[in-house]
Amino acid sequence: MSRKKIRVLVAKPGLDGHDRGAKVVARALRDAGMEVIYTGIRQTPEMIVQTALQEDVDVIGLSCLSGAHMELFSEVVERLKQKGMGSVLVAAGGIIPEDDIPALEKIGIKAVFGSGAPTTEIVSAIEKLVKGT
Amino acid sequence: MPRKSKEEWVKDVLEPALKRSPERQPGFSLTSGTEIQPLYTGEDLQGIDPEESLGYPGDYPFGRGIQPTMYRGRLWTMRQYSGFASAGESNRRYRYLLEQGQTGLSIAFDLPTQIGYDSDHPLARGEVGKVGVPIDTLRDMEALFQGIPLDRVSTSMTINATAPVLLAMYIALARRQGVDVARLDGTTQNDILKEYIARGTYIFPPEPSLRLTTDIFEYCGQNLPRWNTISISGYHIREAGSTAVQEIAFTLANGIAYVRAAIDRGLNVDDFASRLSFFFDAHNNLLEEVAKFRAARLLWAKIMKERFGAGEPRSCMLRFHTQTAGCSLTAQQPYNNIVRVAFQALAAVLGGTQSLHTNSYDEAYATPAEEAVTTALRTQQILAYESGVADSVDPLGGSWMVESLTRSLEEAARRYIDEIDSRGGALAAIEKGFQQREVQESSYRYQKEVEAESRVIVGVNKFVAPYSKIEGLLRVNPEEEKKQVDRLNRVKEERDPDDVAASLENLKKIARSPENTMPAFIRCVEACATVGEICDALREVFGVQKEFLIF
Repeated sequence: MSRKKIRVLVAKPGLDGHDRGAKVVARALRDAGMEVIYTGIRQTPEMIVQTALQEDVDVIGLSCLSGAHMELFSEVVERLKQKGMGSVLVAAGGIIPEDDIPALEKIGIKAVFGSGAPTTEIVSAIEKLVKGT
Repeated sequence: MPRKSKEEWVKDVLEPALKRSPERQPGFSLTSGTEIQPLYTGEDLQGIDPEESLGYPGDYPFGRGIQPTMYRGRLWTMRQYSGFASAGESNRRYRYLLEQGQTGLSIAFDLPTQIGYDSDHPLARGEVGKVGVPIDTLRDMEALFQGIPLDRVSTSMTINATAPVLLAMYIALARRQGVDVARLDGTTQNDILKEYIARGTYIFPPEPSLRLTTDIFEYCGQNLPRWNTISISGYHIREAGSTAVQEIAFTLANGIAYVRAAIDRGLNVDDFASRLSFFFDAHNNLLEEVAKFRAARLLWAKIMKERFGAGEPRSCMLRFHTQTAGCSLTAQQPYNNIVRVAFQALAAVLGGTQSLHTNSYDEAYATPAEEAVTTALRTQQILAYESGVADSVDPLGGSWMVESLTRSLEEAARRYIDEIDSRGGALAAIEKGFQQREVQESSYRYQKEVEAESRVIVGVNKFVAPYSKIEGLLRVNPEEEKKQVDRLNRVKEERDPDDVAASLENLKKIARSPENTMPAFIRCVEACATVGEICDALREVFGVQKEFLIF
């Protein structure tokens, strides 16, 4: 049976407490009709993957503004693969130097949104990604 | 010529003009929604004598500034928040900034240091040296201040949950440098309540956290008379998306909670109040921001006098640091940020700030590179030495608009503080998520306005154009984390383990007693106990706080 609503986990890996962006995006996705679970701050990659599994989400949106994105996002992607959840789409946002984006895409992050990205763009990118799978 | 009233002008002149050509948008408003009038005149201040309600500079209620001379006497302290990679690298940056004419230090600690984890903790992975300098032990603190005599510099430390640990290290370091601790000048942010509202670097539950805050008040009152024991911060609340009114209201409500806690401890209000300091954001709307700083000063003076019965004028002075709005920096056309920062810094100066951090244009991408931070510092120097705005006190005083906005922000913030009072005070309201929810609503509204283009952000939703990438962004080498862990391991091998264990046991004992914890913290850091070990000892005694999650 095909599910109607896209399920998204918005997550804050690491110790960064800047949650303005994550909460705004989470709310915009919800307003766009998606089912959104927000983890809160200070999540380990392990906790995020565990929640994604329990909540059976289509997409994980990772937010990090502390500069620890390479380490933390890679670990989330690694752990998803280990759990056989490679089909879960991972998108990301935060304070991310443009030079890091190709490296993030290479490890399997499907979309990276920097500062100033409109929520409408994030919504449509996620809809497109989910349709494409 | 007969004098028209404002009402007559509106009817006879403005309205016909508007019929011919309307205003460029349906309305104009402040961040908190208050409508901005097309024109302010003396009639908007009817029934108010600004000179009386503001006071003279240096006089209660300090609406026009806390010093009689303001910047004619001494310029604000130019204090760039800085720290990254390692104590050694950060020390080089501090010395560079001091050489460039910076007048005070502001230490950024990395997240593991702020949240009480050592650099080798699994939760520290990827975070070591990223948003600030990693400090595990007193040895790192020594390296951080290598060649910087502590009696010659004032140092602000953005540290909250672990404030007593870092302050203890600063005191221990002063002793090692042979500096009299009574001469230490600086600030510990030490504002845990706003960490629960925004920013998120709390460790312990509110009650023991407030006890540690008060321990610092008491200890510094007796030993470090020049230390600013707390920097009650609206900055992070604003950055999380609040309006200007919410920023001052929630901050002053937190201030009320700290003063109450200290009085409940038995401290005399005039013994600690003059060492309280504040920290605000300087956002985009220049005149609203100027009014905000003035309104905050007026409100705090009255709170201290009327609510807490402070007798000393110094107890009623709101002294504050300002940082330009990080959240206003754009990744798009990043050099525009230099201009934004300059206007925001101007607001801070016109608002009478005591110290200022100007953001760097590259911060929508990374922590600032040296060239970017130099431009940011030069912006302050140009304001100070070229613009002329520092040459007279409160130059906007008496402007009908600024006085009207000051009054309107003061009243709106007072209503919010009343609301928080009716909810049992700042802490009770935070536990119910009141402030967090209000901030979230504002931040979402702001985002919607940007996306609807009713709020213009140049280069983002208007005047969009291709832009060239910033070259030379600061990157923290991942090797730094490994090097820091090596340093930590070396210290652990060299120190006396019995001494460390005894100092931690002593800290736990004192933490369970009503005694002041500061001497016990100093003993721990002098034994080279790590930030993580010290915090683990306290986690055992105090427990840990989960997020007051509102979504």
